[in-house]
Amino acid sequence: MTDSTLVSTTINGDSIEFACPNDETLLDALRNRVGLTGVKEGCGTGDCGACSVTLDGRLVCSCLVLGVEASGREVGTVEGLTTNGELHPLQEKFIEHAALQCGVCTPGFLVAAKALLDKNPDPSETEIRYALAGNLCRCTGYDKIVRAVQATAKDMRKAKKKKG
Amino acid sequence: MRYESPTTIKEVVGLLKKERGKAFVLAGGTDLLVGMKLGMIEPDLLVDIKHIPAMRTVKTSKTGFRIGAAVSCAELGEHKAMKKAWPGVVEAANLIGSDQVQGRCTVVGNLCNASPAADSVPALIAAGAKAVIVGADGRRTIAVENIATGPGKTCLKKGEVIEAITLPNQTKTSGDAYLRFTPRTEMDIAVVGVGINLTLEKGLVSKARVVLGAVAPTAITVPEAAEALIGTKVDKKALENLAAACSAACRPIDDKRGSAEYRTRIAGVMAVRAAKIAFKRAGSAA
Repeated sequence: MTDSTLVSTTINGDSIEFACPNDETLLDALRNRVGLTGVKEGCGTGDCGACSVTLDGRLVCSCLVLGVEASGREVGTVEGLTTNGELHPLQEKFIEHAALQCGVCTPGFLVAAKALLDKNPDPSETEIRYALAGNLCRCTGYDKIVRAVQATAKDMRKAKKKKG
Repeated sequence: MRYESPTTIKEVVGLLKKERGKAFVLAGGTDLLVGMKLGMIEPDLLVDIKHIPAMRTVKTSKTGFRIGAAVSCAELGEHKAMKKAWPGVVEAANLIGSDQVQGRCTVVGNLCNASPAADSVPALIAAGAKAVIVGADGRRTIAVENIATGPGKTCLKKGEVIEAITLPNQTKTSGDAYLRFTPRTEMDIAVVGVGINLTLEKGLVSKARVVLGAVAPTAITVPEAAEALIGTKVDKKALENLAAACSAACRPIDDKRGSAEYRTRIAGVMAVRAAKIAFKRAGSAA
């Protein structure tokens, strides 16, 4: 009878091992065992998106994934958005556009917005609103968030063009 | 709670058979983990089926499609041949939850959760989908409409698991569609869902299947609604008859999303819209 599993996984590119009770969510494991507290619990039932992470590159709610399921897979969290301490363009634009107030939803929005831009570098406003429908914000009213994502997409497309 | 992640279906069946406590199959977990969080489900054993290669793929063959039980709806939405043959089924599957939920949820999970408002189920039934069930006594294949027996209840016996959903090939003069009505544009549960699959012969509907969701304890097939379309070009009169037949078949509940009266009325409206899309698809596919 084993109620706990030793999980070997990759988080933001780093190999990590942690012992995890089988019924513990990836959200709780990330926060309490790995120490990555960027991921937030809003509802805990997959409705609000504050706990958004990527699992093998696919956007998921970490409250709807068990920690043990991360075994042998790649997890991406908001902490992985920065490179050598430099903020991701999305993070810069969120600050510039004041696309956050209390900040609880922000990591989830950033991870979800990055997942969108990775798939679709030139999303329309409607596409952005649909892609972020699984992320709830009770402070900003969404317009600033949508504008920040649009501005990021525009800048990233320009930067890519310059690079050729 | 024990967690097992076998790599063969045989092992899954063995684990489920042996378990004396409460065993649950974990695919996407988007209903199961919510139930666990709320304390409504307390498993002794979870059997994760995502490490079984045959359950992770959509297979195409001469006879049609086979969707593995652990294929996420997001993956289904990226399958070009499925989208081309059964756009209604794929659209229905892609309506479930957010992008985050799509990355995990499965059509088999949607079916086994047995919500009357499950989005993919009316579309699957309209398409003539079948479920391949495996258990200790072997395999059996039954029509998707016979899986759910009531809200949250299925005909699966203890230890049985749905391994895959099969769909026939869509013929060149057929088309399917699924539409749902929700008070919000996203992240909501259907007040009415309608799946329609039509086949044309010389421009007239020769075969039709009309299935309603969220207006009865399970998704319901409405033969009278199909009859209303057969032999027609889906003209105004046929659509009026379709709407009347759909509304007449409704046995909905009243809840905060919509009253019984409203659901009954809207079922006809949504059926008309879905029939127009299916008819167009059947015609343009030729």
